[in-house]
Amino acid sequence: MGSIELVKVRKDFGGFAVINGVDLKVEDGEFTVFVGPSGCGKSTLLRLIAGLEDISSGQVLIDGKDVSRVGPSQRGLSMVFQSYALYPHMSVRNNIAFALKMAKQPKDVIEQKVKKAAGILNLTDYLERKPRQLSGGQRQRVAIGRAIVREPKAFLFDEPLSNLDAALRVQMRLEIGDLHQSLKTTMIYVTHDQVEAMTMADKIVVLNKGEVAQIGSPLELYNRPQNLFVARFIGSPTMNIATGPSAAKRGATTIGIRPEHVDVSATAGEWPAKVRLAEHLGSDTYVHVEVDDIGPMTVRLGGEAPNQPGQRIFVTPQEPRIHRFDQQGLRVGG
Amino acid sequence: MATQQTTTAGRLLVAPSVILLFLWMIVPLVMTIYFSTLHFILTDPDSRSFIGLQNYIDFLSDPDFLGALRNTLVLVGSVLVISVVGGTLVALLMDQQIYGQSIVRLMVIAPFFVMPTVSALIWKNMLMNPVSGLFAWLAQSVGLTPIDWFTNAPMLSVILIVSWQWLPFASLIMLTALQSLDEEQKEAAALDGVGAIPFFFYIVLPHIARAMTVVILIETIFLLSVFAEIYVTTNGGPSTTNIPFLVYELAQHSYDVGGASAGGIVAVVLANIVAFFLVRVVGKNLEN
Repeated sequence: MGSIELVKVRKDFGGFAVINGVDLKVEDGEFTVFVGPSGCGKSTLLRLIAGLEDISSGQVLIDGKDVSRVGPSQRGLSMVFQSYALYPHMSVRNNIAFALKMAKQPKDVIEQKVKKAAGILNLTDYLERKPRQLSGGQRQRVAIGRAIVREPKAFLFDEPLSNLDAALRVQMRLEIGDLHQSLKTTMIYVTHDQVEAMTMADKIVVLNKGEVAQIGSPLELYNRPQNLFVARFIGSPTMNIATGPSAAKRGATTIGIRPEHVDVSATAGEWPAKVRLAEHLGSDTYVHVEVDDIGPMTVRLGGEAPNQPGQRIFVTPQEPRIHRFDQQGLRVGG
Repeated sequence: MATQQTTTAGRLLVAPSVILLFLWMIVPLVMTIYFSTLHFILTDPDSRSFIGLQNYIDFLSDPDFLGALRNTLVLVGSVLVISVVGGTLVALLMDQQIYGQSIVRLMVIAPFFVMPTVSALIWKNMLMNPVSGLFAWLAQSVGLTPIDWFTNAPMLSVILIVSWQWLPFASLIMLTALQSLDEEQKEAAALDGVGAIPFFFYIVLPHIARAMTVVILIETIFLLSVFAEIYVTTNGGPSTTNIPFLVYELAQHSYDVGGASAGGIVAVVLANIVAFFLVRVVGKNLEN
């Protein structure tokens, strides 16, 4: 069991609200990702759940019990830190076993649990090594191993992959996903990388300036962003934004269209534009264009598009894919 | 990276200071070794002659030598224990968030800046004096007989004074070591449910062990040559004369330059033996 509920959680630092009344429910077994730009309070929110910071007002409930005034070790949660926070002078075995030793569990139980965790994480051959003799990915696994053996109600991950290189990040992403599949334990994962959020999450919580901007599944956020902030934040390359007459004629202050939902023509279309740069990724081509009277936009074309810088083209948004927003930046219509 | 020419130029430019430093070290040492082989007594200048190792034999068989060696080791060992253990505790206290932290730190480090002679005089006359000292007053005010520190516990008195001087040094180094402990490690320990005492022994102590060995090494080098504190307070005697003080007595009271030089060389050799073992221990610690 491991459902987590936040009720009107607030955190002030010196009179300034870092977390401003967050309501949230994480169901048992769910993989929830907190995502947002730096400074949005996502890490603080995670630390409030872990008990590393005290909440200023509101409630944190774990399995329906109020733990707002309970110390971090009594909440039954494990955390994986950005720097891994391994104990440098202890072997991998002792790092993983340390929490169990502190909990005064019998030796054979500890041994068995460490063995099991090491098996799951492919660390069996490294148990006698010190953390500094391991690669970044292995250290990451030790940190996860340390979290697993405590058999927590939920795992908390604080940007765990940000110190790894790109290839390893993709691999670890899959491994954490597999781990979630096999353990079926609640996981809360903090990242600033919306690709990580989209690929891993059952549920994404987008945070902006200490408030929840939107909660939903990855595809809900992609297809129906509730406000301009989420529209801009989710999706890569980012959504194209247009204001002015082309928005007004569709009954909105601002419209947004994703790069993959724009058609290009050499002869006719809604917006005349000039190609600035074409980025060839092989499978896709990102064409950066300067639309007359609107500004820069990105168009994503499949395969190898032949566009050259300086070329004049026409771009047209696919009508049903247009997102419309009102003056406050809130979504209009369906 | 450096070419042949720049290497040569570099050596040339460094040469003057290296040569000067080398002479600075080697000339006094060679002179001391030379004097240590002479029968050279200032009150009898005409009898200066080469006597080989006789001075060393005399010094090592001197009935005071073993006592001085013992006193040296007791002094170094006791001060090390007090300053390292005490310094760690003080550092743990200073690492807490308290009001006026920077002023407290400055106050704690202050004794280190007081000259050894001055601090010995203060302890002797203002604190440990059996008639007018603060300790005597404290003892009397609770109805005890004041202790005559330098008569009844001379070595303990010297140890206290020297420890008082070195405690701040140890505290400061330990404090910086404590402050470099990763914040996330503390949090990880909090989540692992580690209590304060296991936290100290399993996480803090291994973290500051390196700083501790450096403190021990540096203090040992200086503590082997403690002199002013003994000179000012007890002025020697069987229970406080250490090897530096014995050498001083030979030169200053017996005017025996040859014997004093031999004693000096013996002290150098002893210090090197200690340093050799310490460097090995420290080296091992630094490797990890």
